[in-house]
Amino acid sequence: MSLEQFKDRNVSQNYTYIPVDKPPVKPLDKFKQVLKRTFKGELFVGLWVVFREMVKFDIHTVQYPKEKLPISPRYRAVHKLYRLLESGYERCIGCGLCEKICIANCIRMDTRYDENQRKEVTEYTINLGRCIFCGYCAEVCPELAIVHGPRYENASEQRAHFVLKDDMLTPLDFLKEGKQQEYPGFGDVSPNADERIKKTPLAY
Amino acid sequence: MTLTEFVIATIIKILVVLGLFSALAGFGTYLERKVLAFMQRRLGPMHVGPYGLLQVLADGIKLFTKEDIVPQNSVKPIFMIAPVIGAATAFIALAAVPLFPEFEIFGITIHPIIADINVGVLFVLGVMASGLFAPLLAGMASANKWGLLGAARTAIQLLSYEVVTGLSILAPLMLVGSLSLIDINNYQSGGFTDWIVWTQPVAFVLFLIAGFAETNRTPFDLLEHEAEIVSGYATEYSGMRWGMFFIGEYANMITIAFLASLIFLGGFNDWGFIPGGLAIVLKVSFLFFFFLWTRAAWPHVRPDQLMWLCWKVLMPVAVINVVVTGIVLMM
Repeated sequence: MSLEQFKDRNVSQNYTYIPVDKPPVKPLDKFKQVLKRTFKGELFVGLWVVFREMVKFDIHTVQYPKEKLPISPRYRAVHKLYRLLESGYERCIGCGLCEKICIANCIRMDTRYDENQRKEVTEYTINLGRCIFCGYCAEVCPELAIVHGPRYENASEQRAHFVLKDDMLTPLDFLKEGKQQEYPGFGDVSPNADERIKKTPLAY
Repeated sequence: MTLTEFVIATIIKILVVLGLFSALAGFGTYLERKVLAFMQRRLGPMHVGPYGLLQVLADGIKLFTKEDIVPQNSVKPIFMIAPVIGAATAFIALAAVPLFPEFEIFGITIHPIIADINVGVLFVLGVMASGLFAPLLAGMASANKWGLLGAARTAIQLLSYEVVTGLSILAPLMLVGSLSLIDINNYQSGGFTDWIVWTQPVAFVLFLIAGFAETNRTPFDLLEHEAEIVSGYATEYSGMRWGMFFIGEYANMITIAFLASLIFLGGFNDWGFIPGGLAIVLKVSFLFFFFLWTRAAWPHVRPDQLMWLCWKVLMPVAVINVVVTGIVLMM
């Protein structure tokens, strides 16, 4: 079955009506119904259907820890903080938009000016117990710094394990190996972003 | 054979049957889960051991190490002894079943039957019927309304199908003229065409239906119907006591499969080029698979439907079958 068929929510066109007879009232009609049902072989149809499925061996099981279903790039799982590809600096400029827009109020950040008078993020935490994974933070981020990663297996001894800045930030060695994939998902710039850029209409 | 030899041989046979059929009952749960899974496009147990084979072992460890809970308001002695009745009767019934043809090992001829009594069929069916005391007592003693409902259903089920079992098996017994399972087996020694199922097809179908009811298998799985009465008589049970019910149920399935193949399907006689020992294993395996097959395919019936089926349909058919068999035999 292709994905299009799953997405087709217009089920009403595929309805087939099964004619249901009225239940018999007279004893003779009841007896006839019993005979009909007994010798019609419907029970054997059921046996045949399950046997056919067993022989076909068309197994739909996904053995979860070993194999995983592919998830959409727009899937919104545990957040990540990205680094600039060349310099390795953090992309986050400490603007605080994500903190502002977060409707669950679960993002907290502390910032200060570093020696170059550049905003530096000292603390960045997301309370995943409150986060509703709406994706607004990733969408509002002007620097594509906070994104939703594909990691949905967040089982741990403590919730706090996922939400510290160090856990979300791309490690430097990871970055050097070129493993930080550019984010194709929620809040990303569209593929034809360059074409869509217009000159600011304000004529100063 | 002296008395000492007889006692030793019997004890060895008992141990072999006990061990083998406990293991088979455990393996039966694995087979059931696998077959049901394949029929529902699943894989079933896969993680413990190769292809989930050690799942049985894991389940056993789990059942053995679980806490043995006896509810506060239950009738404790009966609550504790009911699962033992279930498992014990299942194995006692096997005592009079000839499992294989005679064979020789180390120069000793071995009859693979623990007690060769001349009323084998009667004994097996009687003991299996008394095995229904286990769910009855368990449900009534466990101070639980679901348990009580399960026990009530046990009673109606027992009353309904036991009549059909007896009447359906009467017709082949009239043909053979003996209640001994070995005699019944020898009656069909002429090969494929001698099987009683060809002369008594109606009795075979009736016996299978009654066998499903006797072992509480799916079309008549009223006693522990999860959707209606949680787990029926076994609601309050946990750990090894519940496990004993389970072992009893699977041992009963194997016994019924043995009975059906001995009485109707030619027993352990040689079947063409297949030797007798293998032939009966094949037949029993098929019937066991049939038990699982129907569980995957067919829905449950309601208790009133079970009674309707047994009293208004199956029993008259069985009586007519007996009468017709009698007339044919007299002519």
